[in-house]
Amino acid sequence: MSTEKTTTPAEDHVVENPEAAAAAVPVVDPRLLVREQGFAGYVTEFKRKMKSGDLGSIPVVIGLLVIWAIFTGLNSNFLTAGNFSDMSVAMVGTGMIAVGIVFVLLLGEIDLSVGSVSGVAGATFAVLSVTNGMNEWLAFVLAILTGTVAGAIHGFFFAKVGVPAFAVTLAGLLFWNGFMLQILGDNGTINLDSEGVVAKLTSYYFSDVAAAYGLAIVVTAAYFLTAFFDNRRREAAGVPSRPLNEIIVRTVLLAVLAFVVAIVFNQYKGLPLAVVIFLAVLLVTDFVLRRTAYGRKVFALGGSVEASRRAGINVAAVRISVFAIAGTFAALGGLFIASKIASANQGAGGGDLLMNAIAAAVIGGTSLFGGRGRTWNALLGVMVIVSIQYGLALEGIASPVQYMITGGVLLATVVIDAVTRKTQKTAGRA
Amino acid sequence: MVHVSATPVLALRGVSKRFGAVQALTDVELEVHAGEVVALVGDNGAGKSTLVKTIAGVHPIDEGSIEWEGKTVTINKPHDAQNLGIATVYQDLALCDNIDVVGNLYLGREIRKRGVLDEVEMERRSRELLDTLSIRIPSVRIPIASLSGGQRQVVAIARSMLGEPKLVILDEPTAALGVEQTAQVLDLVERLRERGHAVILISHNMADVKAVADKVAVLRLGRNNGVFEVKSTSQEEIISAITGATDNAVTRRAARTNGEIKK
Repeated sequence: MSTEKTTTPAEDHVVENPEAAAAAVPVVDPRLLVREQGFAGYVTEFKRKMKSGDLGSIPVVIGLLVIWAIFTGLNSNFLTAGNFSDMSVAMVGTGMIAVGIVFVLLLGEIDLSVGSVSGVAGATFAVLSVTNGMNEWLAFVLAILTGTVAGAIHGFFFAKVGVPAFAVTLAGLLFWNGFMLQILGDNGTINLDSEGVVAKLTSYYFSDVAAAYGLAIVVTAAYFLTAFFDNRRREAAGVPSRPLNEIIVRTVLLAVLAFVVAIVFNQYKGLPLAVVIFLAVLLVTDFVLRRTAYGRKVFALGGSVEASRRAGINVAAVRISVFAIAGTFAALGGLFIASKIASANQGAGGGDLLMNAIAAAVIGGTSLFGGRGRTWNALLGVMVIVSIQYGLALEGIASPVQYMITGGVLLATVVIDAVTRKTQKTAGRA
Repeated sequence: MVHVSATPVLALRGVSKRFGAVQALTDVELEVHAGEVVALVGDNGAGKSTLVKTIAGVHPIDEGSIEWEGKTVTINKPHDAQNLGIATVYQDLALCDNIDVVGNLYLGREIRKRGVLDEVEMERRSRELLDTLSIRIPSVRIPIASLSGGQRQVVAIARSMLGEPKLVILDEPTAALGVEQTAQVLDLVERLRERGHAVILISHNMADVKAVADKVAVLRLGRNNGVFEVKSTSQEEIISAITGATDNAVTRRAARTNGEIKK
């Protein structure tokens, strides 16, 4: 957690004259563990966090590196630019759905209907634009709105009528799957125009090498500038701020990551449009959750419903909106999945899609118990799942084994979630 | 004795409240002045919570009137009470464990700058607020889950101070606290009085009442059973007012214990 890595202005005085400083700054409690300056500070801070169960994204990042190492060892084709690029595009559909799931999990609830809703969106788009000849953009917007409305209906029954979210969305799972089959009609499969809007979602690449590098530069610069100016404001207001060298270290790490990814994309077809959209969605949702009053309300509901109600938060409205958001992202994800196979068919939204989306959110580090998580978790989680799928497919291992392995990974993750929660409780952090 | 204003901040005149066949409050009178701590005591079921809820706007009163700074007002919903300047800290503190201290203090009234949370300003003001109340917590950026019971209680009280209320109602603030933490909360109650807030303190703990309250209002079976100046009243007198008789379980027990010692 970033807030822990702060220093107070008082620390400098502590070295010279501990007693005077302690008297001058009554807010600093002697029991508080303040991070020491320099590299050693990071190491002790890290050790303390591990002990108290504040693992954050560390297990999943390590897990991802292990998975990549294993599959690269088994098959040298795994970590090629082409395979990496394909995986990045393939993960966007499930990833989008997982973003919506993160919102619902933050409330401490679950949405089982997202798979079916994603299927409905693909079918709606196909029926409207291909069968009825509607303008593609209009059909695109309507398809996404179908998801929003479906989610809002689930939210209404959950928030206003008081039916458990599990039961409402289980009913939704069946209903929307039937709805999709109904509108697809007898022929079952509708092929999409391969040059159309939806098909382009996953087939378009910015082939100019400048695009990927440009994006990497913009992202890095934007990160540095926001962190830098935020810090300036904090210093001016006299509240704890990060040391400048920490911002620089973080920026350099981000820059290295961004450029490595850009180079890999440029070695193949270029920067995929799908990845750009996914990153934009993650940035926006993360901003909404952590920097706006709305996001604060979502976290508050995940922490304590009663406290939120007393604070004047409209509990029902937030709940309905969160389910509407989950439905919207399910629909968006459904369109990416339809785009990948360039058709809407009867199998859409079924199979392991729902489980993968929920698993992605949880594997990434979103707590099943509500109130903890970030939308970036969806990215990490879906990378793990898609890596396993692609790695096993390269080895020619069939889907039964894939299911078992993904199930094992999910179990390991929820075990980590439950255990860290226990450790955090004993360490007083949950 | 702290200076006490002439007109009470809050005055209840002949307040009655019924729930179906139950007469919860009958002709209750209560006055609270600025800079004064009034302890509200009474046995279980005496009507303390009901009385507080009528003031906080949870239950509108059936008969009688409520005067706020000398003017008659109606309080029908919690919002009315908040607008007048009444803040209530209930026994279950209603804080979000997963959110940090700053976030909890400003929950539901976040400071925004162009639609975005102004974390810097909220953090600055939180530190200021906690400093003026001399509240010591490890950091304003740690989740509530990391705080002790007493620290949570002071955060909940600090939270009620954000709206600059004229009257603060504390429902058993020390009920679940240890010795040290109880002292911290009582210190805080005294600071509220020093800053000119009127305080209604519900408590079962006579030691706490004697320690911080200026006046004790006793409720018994939904009626007033005396208002005492704490300085000039003994604990036994208050207890007999609460139980309604000089011969009660407490005195009998005291007599019995004394008797045993004599033997």
